[in-house]
Amino acid sequence: MDVRLQLSMVFHLDKCIGCHTCSVACKNIWTDRKGAEYMWWNNVETKPGTGYPTQWEDQQKYRGGWEVKGDSLKPRLAGRLGRLANIFFNPYLPSLDDYYEPWTYKYDDLFNAPAGDDQPTARPISMITKEPMNIEAGPNWDDDLSGSPVYARNDVNMSELTDEERESLFQLERMVFFYLPRICNHCLNPACVGVCPAGAIYKRGEDGIVLVSQEKCRGWRFCISGCPYKKVYYNWGTGKSEKCILCFPRVETGQAPACFHTCVGRIRYMGVLLYDGDRIEEVAKAPEEKLVLAQRSLILDPNDPEVVLAAKRKGIAEDLIAAAQKSPVYRFVKEWEVALPLHAEFRTLPMLFYVPPLLPVAASVESGSYDLSDGDFFGSVEKARVPVKYMACLFSAGDEEMVKGVLRKLMAVRAYKRYETVGDIDARRLSAIMQEAGCTMEVAEQIFRLTSLPRFKDRFVLPASHREQFVETVEDVSSHKGQIGVGFGFGTPAKRGL
Amino acid sequence: MIDLLLYGVFPYVAIVLAVVVSIWRFSTNQFSYSSLSSQFLEGRKLFWGSVPWHIGIGLLLIGHLIGVFLPASVRAFNGAPIRLYILEGTALALGLMALVGLIVLAARRMGDSRVRSVTTTMDALVLVLLLVQVLTGVGTALFYRWGSFWFVNTATPYLWSLATLSPKWDYMVSMPITVKLHALNFFVLVAIFPFSRLVHIVSAPLSYLWRPYQLVRWNLPMSRSLD
Ligand code: SF4
Repeated sequence: MDVRLQLSMVFHLDKCIGCHTCSVACKNIWTDRKGAEYMWWNNVETKPGTGYPTQWEDQQKYRGGWEVKGDSLKPRLAGRLGRLANIFFNPYLPSLDDYYEPWTYKYDDLFNAPAGDDQPTARPISMITKEPMNIEAGPNWDDDLSGSPVYARNDVNMSELTDEERESLFQLERMVFFYLPRICNHCLNPACVGVCPAGAIYKRGEDGIVLVSQEKCRGWRFCISGCPYKKVYYNWGTGKSEKCILCFPRVETGQAPACFHTCVGRIRYMGVLLYDGDRIEEVAKAPEEKLVLAQRSLILDPNDPEVVLAAKRKGIAEDLIAAAQKSPVYRFVKEWEVALPLHAEFRTLPMLFYVPPLLPVAASVESGSYDLSDGDFFGSVEKARVPVKYMACLFSAGDEEMVKGVLRKLMAVRAYKRYETVGDIDARRLSAIMQEAGCTMEVAEQIFRLTSLPRFKDRFVLPASHREQFVETVEDVSSHKGQIGVGFGFGTPAKRGL
Repeated sequence: MIDLLLYGVFPYVAIVLAVVVSIWRFSTNQFSYSSLSSQFLEGRKLFWGSVPWHIGIGLLLIGHLIGVFLPASVRAFNGAPIRLYILEGTALALGLMALVGLIVLAARRMGDSRVRSVTTTMDALVLVLLLVQVLTGVGTALFYRWGSFWFVNTATPYLWSLATLSPKWDYMVSMPITVKLHALNFFVLVAIFPFSRLVHIVSAPLSYLWRPYQLVRWNLPMSRSLD
């Protein structure tokens, strides 16, 4: 057993209100620079929808993630030699237009226009060419456009649904959508690392954060296609790849990343997980329908004395182990089993988990009005407005039973609270619901507390990483004083040429 | 006199520049040690330029190197005329392929506004020099037949004389103008190599072929171990 530590995340989708505060916080800190204008290390997309960049989930198009060939795991982007053969031109690279062309406005015209009969206008100009342009796409262009033929209908996950299921999503009265906030998953088996010819991308041993060395990156761009989540971006100004750094300067000092800290819906949880590094490859090769379970089995119980001992042997500090024992992520993912990885079938073992949204109350409009008298106030999982199949495509590599199990448990929590506060569910009915969901009142209460009433310290259990102690042993900590750069990680200005 | 300067002295200046500045640039500004890819901004035309260009010029470069390092094998290969024709035909085809690719690349760089906005003066200069190089090369192949035949008896000894620090520039004096230009322009390219995007040639990621897929970096070796 090779105990390793991973900073992990849970996003509770029922709580996301789609306000994009997270994206803006991230943009202001990290990507408000030339070459990075179009990047959203954190983005929030509407599902069903095509997402950002458009159709990122379509691996026929972008060849991201891994596939099992024979009994070995290979990047879908072709083997090592094949990749080098594509080095002069990467046929699977998304282009700027798959994201959007960043623009600003010619504000000067508002002040400098000569007197005339019309109001002066500020024309949009491209931030790349500085020439006037027509805006055809932008960040969150598909926001809330669930029913639209352009976005929802082209959602890659739709292809798994039957025609009937698909059409049901487009009936005006039943139109439904939810938000999917996305950041880098800081995977255990990152495909971006696997396909990088220069060896510039790496996973930090201490906390599992995946980073791109700007010095080593030579701009071959395979990571852009290789990451199945499209969470590595190409900076067209510096010619380097960039990605979410999980705000490591904040995390190292025990602060939550900016998008977590600012999240209005408080949907985000962060904590550490202990896992068994020896089994990564074996788990990543598991048969598709077992992937989610296999990944869960990789996570070790931080209260198991054997695990604690092995962790200490490996040099993991006491306070980190204590944090693992209090980790909210562990509870959601492993203890309660209500948080699932996004698109486990990409086989990167993503370490960001989602509590799937409890579907909106199933209502029928036969009588012309919302009819909730179905006997069952909360409706049933089977009658959910978003087909369970669709959820399964996103969160359980197609396994509907697994998603149903999670949704039942979430429903059970609601039923339990209703039993407690409203009282129109009697004890017998409640215990039937609990039994079906495999949940107890005690667990339901705990899930309820961590979902609805968590304080800051409950949502983010982040021990400081003591990195300063490491740094002090190898260099003078004041040696970087007065150095400037473009603001993230460069000691010298990021300038090209000589 | 001028020949002495151009073919006896300048090559050394160029090579010293290339080596010294390359090392200096790598150690002080590794960040810039690559070519600025613009595929993300424009991909369709790039394909028709980049692929033929790189394949054509890469193979031709290897061919030239074989001529320099293994002249005997080239002579032996060219022993039968049919093989000579095949070799020359292939080389000419590769030259034309590189030329077409380069023209596409140049047209794209000037014609596409997105690509133009990431183009530097040095990029333009590199394009012009490469164009001169390929044109003189193709010109030589067309007008001064069986280059691979006389290359090993003129260029090879000339380059070896440079390498052994006893430059025999008179090999170049009697050469036709396209060959003279081709050789001179080559050394100009060598000289600007470390100042331009050409440095990407030496960052070819061959080690990728044998490294493991996953890379984990530890801050320090796990030294806090308890036992
Ligand atoms: S800030 Fe929170 S609630 Fe708002 S969009 Fe982002 S994840 Fe959702």
